[in-house]
Amino acid sequence: MVSSATNFSRSGLSDWLIQRASAVVLGLYVLVLGWVFVSSPSLEFAEWSLLFDGLSMKIGTSLALLALCAHSWIGMWTVATDYLTKSHFGRHGTSLRLSFLGFCIIVILVYLVWGFQIVWSK
Amino acid sequence: MFGFEETNPVKDDRPIYLNLFQYKWPLVAIASILHRVSGVGVFFGIGVLLFLLQASLESQSSFELVRSSFQSPGLKILIWLIVSGLIYHFVAGVKHLIMDWGFGEDLRSAHLASQATIAVATISSLLAGVWLW
Ligand code: HEM
Repeated sequence: MVSSATNFSRSGLSDWLIQRASAVVLGLYVLVLGWVFVSSPSLEFAEWSLLFDGLSMKIGTSLALLALCAHSWIGMWTVATDYLTKSHFGRHGTSLRLSFLGFCIIVILVYLVWGFQIVWSK
Repeated sequence: MFGFEETNPVKDDRPIYLNLFQYKWPLVAIASILHRVSGVGVFFGIGVLLFLLQASLESQSSFELVRSSFQSPGLKILIWLIVSGLIYHFVAGVKHLIMDWGFGEDLRSAHLASQATIAVATISSLLAGVWLW
């Protein structure tokens, strides 16, 4: 099996699986939130705040955040590996790609810590 | 062997020039690249959504502030773009998962599925717009 130094799990096949599993988690979460917005068009603070006080919502949001990290890392890695390359950008291709991926890691870590803080500090 | 090597005047290490704008983009390709574009867009959009989530949960008054800031057309358009990107990525993602499972892999079904994806996502984005405005 081909392995690579910078992708998520060092194997394309399990990356593929993790991206699908995390897509399902994110999809379910998006459906739940979408349903909340559609079913109560004039959402009030009390209702909204109560929803995020519930333990199931806290756990659900945390799981969605974890899925987001895995999913978007694999996704951004795939995109960067397709376009930010030597064949597109010449000899700076590799450093461009690695800088971009480093930036993505920072964004993902910020999302994770910040999101957990929002969810669990209430 | 085919008399080809001698007569071909083009050096075979010549760089290949592919002008993507010369190609006809089939619907399936458009649906696929939109999934990618929307994925990258939503990735950065999550920052805005987290900011709104934080503000909306902080207190009654900051919740009202978020709500009144929705009146500003710029912010409204930004949120609508992020939500539309998420809707498209979601719908195309579900299509992707179904096809990963092995359904609809022939050309005709793939074309139909792409049409359905674009149609469902467009209608949902319009509805999200109606909800926001
Ligand atoms: C919520 C935040 C999300 C973000 C930031 C995100 C981001 C991304 C990115 C950047 C890619 C890479 C695109 C590519 O390789 O062409 C991707 C791929 C994918 N996404 Fe998402 N996504 C999100 C949610 C979802 C949801 C809800 C679903 C499904 C229901 C989903 C399904 C998929 C699938 C199946 C792929 C793989 C595409 C492929 O292998 O070509 N994603 N995502």
